[in-house]
Amino acid sequence: MSPLFLNALEVIVNGLMAGIMYSLVALGFVLIFKASGIFNYAQGVTALFAALTLVGFQTGQVPFAHLINTIFGTKIHHWGDGFNTILAIILTMLVMILFAWLLEKIVLKHMVNQAPIILFMTTIGLAYFMEGFGDLMWGADIKTMDVGLPSGGSLWLEDFTKGWAASGTEYYGMYIDVLDVWAAGIAILLVVALTLFSQYTKTGRALRAVADDHQAALTVGISLRTIWIIVWSLSGFVALVAGIMWGSKSGVQFSLSLIALKALPVLILGGFTSIPGAIIGGLIIGVGEKLFEYSVGGLLGGATENWFAYVLALAFLMFRPQGLFGEKIIERV
Amino acid sequence: MSGENRIGDTILEVKNISLSFGGVKALTDISFDIKEGEVRAIIGPNGAGKSSMLNVINGFYHPQQGEVWFRGKKRVAMKPYQVARQGVARTFQNIALFKGMSTLDNLMTGRITHMKTNLFWQSIWAGPAAKEELEHRERVEHIIDFLGIQAIRKTPVGRLPYGMQKRVELGRALAAEPKLLLLDEPMAGMNQEEKEDMSRFILDVNDEFGTTITLIEHDIGVVMDLSDRIVVLDYGCKLADGTPDVVRNDQDVINAYLGVSHD
Repeated sequence: MSPLFLNALEVIVNGLMAGIMYSLVALGFVLIFKASGIFNYAQGVTALFAALTLVGFQTGQVPFAHLINTIFGTKIHHWGDGFNTILAIILTMLVMILFAWLLEKIVLKHMVNQAPIILFMTTIGLAYFMEGFGDLMWGADIKTMDVGLPSGGSLWLEDFTKGWAASGTEYYGMYIDVLDVWAAGIAILLVVALTLFSQYTKTGRALRAVADDHQAALTVGISLRTIWIIVWSLSGFVALVAGIMWGSKSGVQFSLSLIALKALPVLILGGFTSIPGAIIGGLIIGVGEKLFEYSVGGLLGGATENWFAYVLALAFLMFRPQGLFGEKIIERV
Repeated sequence: MSGENRIGDTILEVKNISLSFGGVKALTDISFDIKEGEVRAIIGPNGAGKSSMLNVINGFYHPQQGEVWFRGKKRVAMKPYQVARQGVARTFQNIALFKGMSTLDNLMTGRITHMKTNLFWQSIWAGPAAKEELEHRERVEHIIDFLGIQAIRKTPVGRLPYGMQKRVELGRALAAEPKLLLLDEPMAGMNQEEKEDMSRFILDVNDEFGTTITLIEHDIGVVMDLSDRIVVLDYGCKLADGTPDVVRNDQDVINAYLGVSHD
């Protein structure tokens, strides 16, 4: 095989991995949008908040330390060495559930039957609130996330693929980050678990029922508010997983919340209401932007990854606005 | 109608219900009762307030005045899902099914009020949750047999023809094993054959499961054949109440339906 082909293959594989990470973020959007028709602008910030909380628990930070120090003139910052990773993840999940519960009690219950734009504005407010609240609670400094996932290039794969190129050519093997492989594996597991849950359990069925028809859901005895708490908790869980993956890759910092912007083209491609759509949309964007950069990026001066996804989304909006798997909007006249 | 002893005590009673939307009066001082095991019909011309009445019983609307008594207890203002959990199931005039879900899944949602295992067992699909799923699945299969819809078990209901959707919706309500079943125009828009099928199901449900049924229907012939007692509404007021024979011969009812000359 020629090195050119092998390089392209490497780009595609890396694109698929990156794509799965995009899918993970998009999934959080789809869950909430299906169940309540809310486009949750705060999804990215939720991932950041979840990651911050996890690191805080892991390293034994005192929450609101800065605030406490300012008011009482103390100098506390850490209460100890922190919890081990598993316990920290469980505690973070409990925080996300508590957060979903409070959100429903304080905000969402007043928003029932409001126009979509108002709900959207609410989530923008929520995003800013969570951003500030996360800073206040855990501090604004950049943190490193380490949950014990291996990272770095796979030497094994490099050795393994070295011999693939035709003899006499210069080829040093394929480079794939082990962390990406782990992230992809976990994301796939998560999606399979979510799918099975929604297909074969009572609550999963209730979730799908609410997504399908609110009025009918009420008449079979489903409480919408309970379902909303569950959905926001679930999307908090997905945000936590996304936060762990992206945080391990590039550190826990404000820019983590911007990954939500990358999820937008994914959603436009896959459709806002389709879980498989979010996955496939993510893969297309991931592979597409890497391949584009590899093949013609050089001619255009590079850094095409910054805009390629949005241009692709724009093209989709013109020809297939409901996305690949979204429900077709048919207006009866 | 056969078997006089199939009708028992009062299961639901509405007392002096008045409901208005802004200045528009939908219901004025309506009282009637529904007895256990009977088929009770609510009829009346368009806009008479029949659906509003069903929505009051079902918890979608909350009347400004009046009381609803269910199984011997006065009911506080309830949300529809709470009413459903008390054992009241219903169907809708313009079908409210989960269109993206299969027939089987739609019927399984009807079992939700009976399923008790917690989220933990459900998430790992083991122990009580798995057992419960299978138990309820069996009940649902029984209803599928009863309604003769085996062939469409896995079909998303959005793809089914109208008459079939009506039947699935009835199935979902039956899956809840309701103490009171509310049917809002179960035969609207059906052809003669479908109407006959539906009538047979309604009678069989009442007969075999002893389910109390309250239905709204426009087809007077069907109503007279099916029901034990009939309430007639007109402009939100009660015109008559009694057996089909009494209602058929009531002068007010005849006037409301056929019109009366003002000379």
